[in-house]
Order: sequence, then C-alpha cells, then structure tokens
Amino acid sequence: MSENAQLNEIVGRGYQHGFVTDIESESLPPGLDEDVVRKISAIKREPAFLTEWRLRAYRHWLTMREPEWAHVRVQPINYQDLSYYSAPKAKTDGPKSLDEVDPKLLATYEKLGVPLHERARLAGVAVDAVFDSVSVATTFKDRLEKAGVVFCSFSEAVQKHPELIERYLGSVVPHTDNYYACLNSAVFSDGSFVYIPKGVRCPMELSTYFRINAAKTGQFERTLIIADEGSHVSYLEGCTAPMRDENQLHAAVVELIALDHAEIKYSTVQNWYPGDENGVGGIYNFVTKRGECRGRNSKISWTQVETGSAITWKYPSCVLRGENSVGEFYSVALANHHQQADTGTKMIHIGANTRSTIVSKGISAGHGQNTYRGLVKILPTASGARNFTQCDSLLMSGECGAHTFPYVEVKNPTATVEHEASTSRISEDQLFYCLQRGIAEEDAVNMIVNGFCKSVFKELPMEFAVEAQNLLAVSLEGSVG
Amino acid sequence: MLEINALQTRIGDKEILRGLNLTVKAGEVHAIMGPNGAGKSSLAYTLAGRPGYDVTSGSVRFEGADLLALAPEERAQAGLFLGFQYPVEIPGVNNVYLLKAALNAARKHRGLPEVDAFEFLTLVREKMRLMQMDEAFLSRGVNEGFSGGEKKRNEILQMLVLEPKLALLDETDSGLDIDALKVVANGVNSLRSADRAVVLVTHYQRLLDYIKPDVVHVLARGRIIKTGGPELALELEARGYDWLLADAA
Repeated sequence: MSENAQLNEIVGRGYQHGFVTDIESESLPPGLDEDVVRKISAIKREPAFLTEWRLRAYRHWLTMREPEWAHVRVQPINYQDLSYYSAPKAKTDGPKSLDEVDPKLLATYEKLGVPLHERARLAGVAVDAVFDSVSVATTFKDRLEKAGVVFCSFSEAVQKHPELIERYLGSVVPHTDNYYACLNSAVFSDGSFVYIPKGVRCPMELSTYFRINAAKTGQFERTLIIADEGSHVSYLEGCTAPMRDENQLHAAVVELIALDHAEIKYSTVQNWYPGDENGVGGIYNFVTKRGECRGRNSKISWTQVETGSAITWKYPSCVLRGENSVGEFYSVALANHHQQADTGTKMIHIGANTRSTIVSKGISAGHGQNTYRGLVKILPTASGARNFTQCDSLLMSGECGAHTFPYVEVKNPTATVEHEASTSRISEDQLFYCLQRGIAEEDAVNMIVNGFCKSVFKELPMEFAVEAQNLLAVSLEGSVG
Repeated sequence: MLEINALQTRIGDKEILRGLNLTVKAGEVHAIMGPNGAGKSSLAYTLAGRPGYDVTSGSVRFEGADLLALAPEERAQAGLFLGFQYPVEIPGVNNVYLLKAALNAARKHRGLPEVDAFEFLTLVREKMRLMQMDEAFLSRGVNEGFSGGEKKRNEILQMLVLEPKLALLDETDSGLDIDALKVVANGVNSLRSADRAVVLVTHYQRLLDYIKPDVVHVLARGRIIKTGGPELALELEARGYDWLLADAA
C-alpha cells in the first residue's frame, strides 16, 4: 500500500468512528447523492481510499446512461426511489414460525429437498437458536484459518485486509466499466471476499450458503476472489432455494483474479423470484462478473445455472492475460413465463496459447425470451489462441423465443476459433417415446431437458448438480405445450 | 388379451383404419403383413396412444379394460409395449437411466417398491448378454449415435427388462443383417409365454423363420382382409398382395 493511502486510511478511520452509533441503527431515506455515498462508507467505517473510490464511481455514474443494447424490455427504474442502505432487519420483523410462511414457498423447498431447519432460515423466519449451521460454520472457519484461507464478508475484509482490497478492488471491473457496475461501485453494501494464499489448495468448496453473517447482502453485492500463485479454489454462489426478494434491482459485481498457475472455479445456481405467470414482479438481475487470468497457466471456470429473475443480464467473462491461461464458461439459462434472459460470456485472449471453451444451453418456455450473447476476442498478442463455442437452444412452446448473437474478433492469424450452434424444439417423438415406456409426461420433459443440459451439469459440484436438476424441474412445472 | 372391434381412425382428415377387427389371445404370436401404406404402423401407434392418431369409432379392450380411455403412459404401465420402427435419439439421457425410470414406473403401477440398484443392474446385464450388447451401451445417450441395428436391439432389450404383457413390434426386423436378426428373434422368443402375446408388424417372411407366428394377418386399406396360419406368410412371399387386393375390392 502506498504511504499516502495508508495515511488516508488512518485519517479516514478516525473520522468515521464517530458516525457509527448514530447511523448504524437506521435506514437511509430513498435517494442518491454524494452525501448518501459518503454515509454508506461512513456507516461501514471504510478507509478513505474506499470512500474516494466510491465517490469517483458515483461521479462517473452521473455521466452514464443505462445500456439499451440488451435484448430485454426493462421498466424504467427511478434510482432516486431506492433506498441505498437499510439497517439489518430486526428479528421481530420476519415471520415467527414456519406456520406464518407462504405455503407455496414451503412446498417449493420441499420439492428441492432443502432440509427442514434450512427452510426456516431461507424463508427468513426469526429464530434465535441458529440451527446446526452455526457449529458447521465454526468448524469450517477453523479449517480454513489453518490453511490460511481468508473467507469473510466484504465489510470484514475492508477492516482486516485493506491492503488486499486496495490492491485488487476494481482491477478487473473498473468503476467506469458499465452503468450498473459503476452504480454498484458507488453504493455496494456488502458481499464476499476470498483470498487463497500461495500454493494452497482450499480444503473445501466455499459456499455463501455457510456464511451466515452475510445472509442478507442486499441488492448491491460485491464479491472479490483472489487466488495467489499456485492456489486452487472452488466457490459456490447462490441460493439453493428460491428467495422471495422484494428488491426490483439486483446489480452485483464479481471480480476474480488468478495469478500464476492458480485456478478458480466459480459455480452459480441463481433462482431469484422470476415474477408470476403473468410477468408481474420479479428481480432485475443486472450483474457484472469477470475474471482475469493474470498469471501464466492460470485457469478460471464459470458454471452457471440461471432459472430465476424476471430479467437476467449477465456475461461472466474471462480476460486471458497470462500465457497458456484457460477460460471456461458453462451455462444453462432458462426463461419461462415472461422471463427474459440475455446472457453469455466474453473471452478476451491477450496472452499466447490461451484457450477458451464456451458451452451455452438456453431453454425457452411459455413466453420466455432467451438470448445468448457472446464475444470471442483474440488480440494480436494471442498467438496460438484457441476457442471452442457450442451454443444450443431448446424451445418448449410456440410463444417463446431463442436468439443468438455471437461476436468474433480475431486479430491474430494463428488463432483457431470454432463455433457450433443449434436450435431445436422439444420433440413430440422424444416425448412419446418416453410416455410409451410408461414415464409420466412431466418426468419425461425433465428427463429430456436434463439430457440437453448434461454437458453443463457435469461441470457442477455433485450436490449442486442434483439441486440444479431439481430446480429446473420445479421451474418448468406445467410448461409443456 | 387384445380385442379390437370395428376400429376406425384418422390422422387429420385422412382416414387410416376403416373398421379393423383383431383378437389376440394370451400366449399367441400374431404377424401383421401388408403393402406399404396399409395402416400397419398406424395401428401400432393408435394402440400405443400416439397424439394425432384419432379414433373416430370402434373399441379396443386390453385385458378386459377400455384401452382407448387410458393415457399413453398408462397403457405402457398396464403392460403394452411398442417396439418402434425408428427409435428416437434422446441426447444426454443415459440408456440405463431411461430403463430404470421405465421399470420403476411399471413397478409403481403394480404397487411394487422401486427396484434395488443392485438387482436392477444384475437384471439388465443378464438381458444384455442375451442381446449380445456391450455394457458400454448403458452409459450412452438413449439411441444417441446408435446404428440402425443397435437401435433395434436396444428396443428389444427394453422390452425384455419391462416384460410387457403385449409387445407390438413395428418392423423390428428392418435394417438388420442376418446375425442381428437372429439375436433379435432370440430375444423375442425368450419372452414368449402362456400369459404374454406378441404382435409383429413386418414386410418380410424372413423374420417369421425365426419367430414362428401362430396367426398371420394381411392388413390392407385399413382392414384385415385375410387371416391364416404361418403358411399364409409363405404364400404372400411367393405371390405378393395383388391377388388379395383384387379379391377384397
């Protein structure tokens, strides 16, 4: 850290302490200006470099406009109507017991096979005894600490490892990157932080599921994962059961950094509230996810199963800077009812002999609109770079749509780029074949759809793969036609 | 076991079956032969309940129950099996997975618990040996990249595992070389028993050399126009169908 930054930090710290008790217990009123940004930073007792960074982002955001190129229809968002900080909900706010929780939600948990005690937590039941998970979480913390792995909330990392934050924050997704990432940079509330030291293979899969203290991170999450030289980590993100989040806008940023010989595997199962059958309500999921293979022989692999949100707008990408580095993107995106998904990836080849693989499976049902948008860019420096893209769409109704926008820019003649694409309708022949073997229609549809997604599901960690299959089944209920 | 009475069907506006009568008793093997476009495959699809094959009149009783009132999967669970002429590929779905789901659906219908994984594999392996199939088939996608002959063997394998009461085999012999034909016939013969029945739809007498039918029918113009013993198939092989069609006209 530079001397200047250190100084700022100390100054900032002193300044901010005074605020804490005043503000921590209250919510900020709706609206966004520099003062709000400062207050958020103050509440979180952030060092000055971070406050300044947020302000730079905010000022830049004012000069930007919402992107309009995505293949989605968005209701206008009034950013002055949103509240950018709310104190943690009091325990008395939530339902007191499972009896008070929407039975429809509980039925879904049951179908997903979420354990009973977890159902209560996911449904937001205010219970004081925090289940088995606490002891589980503690055991996990011990093991991780022994290995030297840092896995904590973003806010905690700001306090305990400011030098890592200052060095890496915004180094993959700069605060100027895009409208939503810029907004996130100004007002992000919390998120996850992971640092894997040199040569360490993280002893377990890291999952937000276990990180109780950040269960409610709000709509502007920030995640930063750093895999130091020769390290390895597998990170699982997401709700394994649907969260009925009332927030309309979810604008998260995820940054991954892999140094020499390091490997990061990032898996997401996203199942936010998609709105009802008529397209009313639901989350706008506008997320910026990007990983940089900064070191030689490093590898970043994204696997995502997207079944929720009214609108999904995300492109987990890889910047392949280090020689021989590898980027992968495996995706299943489902758009049912009136959902709209515009998702894909960007593979930016900078280093020599970099390789990337893209496998995208889009499923459209009901009136759903599913768009794959992908960019493969081979820069002049990327001699011997290779990409393989496979992009398949499955249509399940007459009213849905599948769209594919592949962009390929090759500036090095030694590169190899392959693209395969297909669009198919769920075939009556396949369905009848299964029925004739005595398999019920809904089971048959699930079987066929799961078969279609197999090459992605096999990339998911075992338990996640099972959940993803169940999730797809629940999301597709009654969608045959 | 199967009683078809004055069955009339159509696909869209096109009349297919025009008053077809057929009775198959338990323990019997029937062969249905006939010229192209006579309605042989349509009969098989209609019995299996394929959408688009509309019954306009007539009745079908299967084991005493009204077959036409059942959904396709219920017909299958009740013990009706259709060996497809062109088995469809289902990419990414393992053969063994489909097979197990099908067997469990049938067991559930009979009030039995789900099959034990070990017993299931033992059963499947035994049937695969009979069909001279390599075990690698199990982990491949359903019919995915199979040759024509492999697909037909796979149909018979499914039949052997599911042990249906009535098997309708739609041109299971087409596209098979003589060795594969013997294997397939062997499989079908192994299922023959006093409480089961088989209906073979075929163009060729050749299959009937290996699976001896009790009754041979000629289906033409949407009806059974002639019924006889195994010798009828030989006569058809020698004389074709024209003489029968002239009689029927």
